[in-house]
Amino acid sequence: MSETAPLLQLESVNTHIGPYHILQGVELAVPRGGLTMLLGRNGAGKTTTLRTIMGLWHASAGRVRFDGAEITDWATPDIARAGIAYVPENMGIFADLTVRENLLLAARSGDIDDARLRWVFGLFPALKKFWSLPAGFLSGGQKQMLSIARAVIEPRKLFLIDEPTKGLAPAIIVNMVAAFRELKETAATILLVEQNFMFAKSLGDSVAVMDNGRVIHSGSMAELAEDRDLQHRLLGLSLDSHQ
Amino acid sequence: MTDIDAGELAKRRHYDWAPLLLLPLLALAALPLIGSPSTWATLTAAGLAMGMIIFIIASGLTLVFGLMDVLNFGHGAFISVGAYVAAILLVPLSGLLQADSLALNTVALLALIALAMIATGLLGWAFERIIIMPVYGQHLKQILVTVGGMIVAQQLIIVLWGPVQLAFPLPTAFRGAIVLGDVAIERYRVIAVVVGLVVFAGMLLVLNRTKIGLLIRAGVENREMVEALGYHIRRLFVGVFAAGSALAGLGGVMWAFYREELTPGMGMEVLVLVFIVVIIGGLGSIGGCFLGSLLVAVTANYAGFLAPKVALGSNIILMVLILLWRSRGLYPVANR
Amino acid sequence: MTMFRAILSGDPPQSRMLSAALLVIFVALAAAPFLFPGTQSLNVAAKICYFVVLAASYDLLLGYTGIVSFAHTMFFGIGGYGAGLALYTWGPTWSSVLIGTVLGLVLAVLLALLIGLFSLRVRAIFFAMITLAVASAFAILASQLSWLTGGEDGRTFRVPSILRPGYSLLEVGAFSINGRVITYYLVFSSALVLFLSMLRVVNSPFGRVLQGIRENEFRAEALGYRTIVYRSIVNCLSAAMATLAGVLAALWLRYTGPAVTLNFDIMLDILLMVVIGGMGTLYGSVIGATIFILAENYLQALMGAVSKSAAGLPVLPQLLDPDRWLLWLGVLFVLSVYFFPAGIVGKLAARK
Repeated sequence: MSETAPLLQLESVNTHIGPYHILQGVELAVPRGGLTMLLGRNGAGKTTTLRTIMGLWHASAGRVRFDGAEITDWATPDIARAGIAYVPENMGIFADLTVRENLLLAARSGDIDDARLRWVFGLFPALKKFWSLPAGFLSGGQKQMLSIARAVIEPRKLFLIDEPTKGLAPAIIVNMVAAFRELKETAATILLVEQNFMFAKSLGDSVAVMDNGRVIHSGSMAELAEDRDLQHRLLGLSLDSHQ
Repeated sequence: MTDIDAGELAKRRHYDWAPLLLLPLLALAALPLIGSPSTWATLTAAGLAMGMIIFIIASGLTLVFGLMDVLNFGHGAFISVGAYVAAILLVPLSGLLQADSLALNTVALLALIALAMIATGLLGWAFERIIIMPVYGQHLKQILVTVGGMIVAQQLIIVLWGPVQLAFPLPTAFRGAIVLGDVAIERYRVIAVVVGLVVFAGMLLVLNRTKIGLLIRAGVENREMVEALGYHIRRLFVGVFAAGSALAGLGGVMWAFYREELTPGMGMEVLVLVFIVVIIGGLGSIGGCFLGSLLVAVTANYAGFLAPKVALGSNIILMVLILLWRSRGLYPVANR
Repeated sequence: MTMFRAILSGDPPQSRMLSAALLVIFVALAAAPFLFPGTQSLNVAAKICYFVVLAASYDLLLGYTGIVSFAHTMFFGIGGYGAGLALYTWGPTWSSVLIGTVLGLVLAVLLALLIGLFSLRVRAIFFAMITLAVASAFAILASQLSWLTGGEDGRTFRVPSILRPGYSLLEVGAFSINGRVITYYLVFSSALVLFLSMLRVVNSPFGRVLQGIRENEFRAEALGYRTIVYRSIVNCLSAAMATLAGVLAALWLRYTGPAVTLNFDIMLDILLMVVIGGMGTLYGSVIGATIFILAENYLQALMGAVSKSAAGLPVLPQLLDPDRWLLWLGVLFVLSVYFFPAGIVGKLAARK
């Protein structure tokens, strides 16, 4: 497999939820390595795209290719085992399980690697404090950290992350930017859905913008960051005010 | 999916002790009403014993619903089947059962339980694959199909064992009461409590110390996320269902001894109480189920003494009060 | 023809076979005292009449709104006890019947409202379990309050004189139009009126909203319909109809008691009738009730005969024992949920 081929590719993906046609022909190519931002206003279909990739919703048409395999019709557990980690919008942590158990579940190999765990504690110190307590005791920001920690506790090829900064205090967001930067250094590929453009700008390498169930723009983040008019057209607001 | 409101979310930052106070409060409140401490003690013991048996039966139902989102209205059938199948051994084991030895009686009890659990476990396996799997996710059809299954099961019991009640006498050494001063506590009730505690402990062990238990607990909370972590959780379903059915069978044997008789409709009778317990405890919660069972059984016993005509009504009132306090039960599992 | 359609509220049966079947049933019931003289057959016919109402009222909940409730027999019982106890306590007059019916309706609608509103605080699935608990409690209450209800034995009472068997209106050849026949036509015509009014309800805008809620409650809410209000109303309406069915039953049987009204078996019977007949069609209740009650009375005789002839064989005689007819209906019920979820009506409609 050529190194320049995209790790993840969506071709004409359509998804229906009940009678609603949410994704109407999504074309998306996520390059290997680096962080791709998926931007767009509410209701554009970003979360649906992630869920479709993950197999939680079944695409009614089109194809999803991952690392050379066509995963469109695969069951969610198999898609996960192919090397994709998913951090959903509602965090999806198990409140009744302890922090340790949450991480243990994510460590498919059976045990948590010590070195990896130390690295995670370095990124998110709060998790060490709550190690043996139910995850439901964590604050919102800490739960988000746990959700990300769970995704990174073992090496994965692709991370699908849905709005990690939603509802978080700015101080925690700074923390998270640092964590993502470190994650990028592990040569992982990340597809990140965000509404916070400042966050996006500081981390993103490439960007795709969605509207009405389609990708209406894709390119490099640098290009978008410089072009105020383009930002305005695509996102309705200029970069600086879009917090 | 219901949203947890902000108040409940705040509560979850600490251990939730409040519901645990309900049982002692209830017991204390009943004491002056009942008057005599010895009667109170007898009633409370009876309530605890009955509660344990109901817990054994209800735990299977709540786990199945919590994990698989399946409403098995046919759970009552497994109760009856377990007892009736165990009855097959009543005559062959009569030597052990009639001996006045605790040890021999216990061996016989274990044999009966083993047979009941194997039979209902297998039946549960078949039931899940044949009857329930085709209607996953369709609650309405599940209710209909499992009710239908229960009707058929009850009729088949009558076909095989006849319509009249059968005697299910207690083994000799289980009879009688232990007398502590003024208080007489029936031996069998103590045994029921022991069995119930063993089952509870066993469940907690499996759920908290094994990987499968971990998967079940996580799956009850958020099945989708467990799959997104790479686990084929549906493969657990039939096993959990079979285990739940086996527990119902165990409960059936214990219940049959409690009543000292078998009737084809016995499963249905207990089912109403089981539903009340599961609602009170919170769907999917074993701890809630345990607490709920004790509350319901103790309430039934107190009410049976104080106001026999409204015994079942007392449990409805209990259920209403608890739901007014916590609309999803005492310990609802997070995501439902 | 248009008047005919209007009577059926614009919702005529969808297929020839169904229409034919319904017509046969209608004619058979309308002329029952003359076509099938004899106490047992008239009993069967009357029972079909009030069970059609009972089953149809349950279909309002189950088929049209998608609500599973196990409290339906409770309302049936309230109607039966209302009329029955009134006749028992205040004498066999029409005013007793009226007062009893009204009291029953008030109690039923209040209970339905309470159950509905309370259960809507909790998940829809809890509703089924809660109704089961409440109905059980009510049944036990009814048998415990024997000073009022006659306990397990129920109450026999006398009906207004015109309805009594001894009363004779006139003799038409060999047929005597006596009180029983008059009672039968009272039951029949009331059942007809009640059924047609339910047909009107489901074909009204209200009925369409109910179906919308059944299909997709979330969307109905999004469209602005307060589903709580609609569910409460259909709960009360369904309960009221069941109560009236109970009044009819009481008038016919001249007896009321837990065994014929509050028994959980009857709840299951209703469920079977509606599902086998066809949920969400109301006509399905007609077919289902007819088949069920005919089976209950005549299939058993058939099974008895077959069972005797299989006397020597192992399990077969017990399987075919007439008391086990419920087993076969249970099997039919389960099969119909899987294979013909639209019931017999659906099957007939498909063939057109």
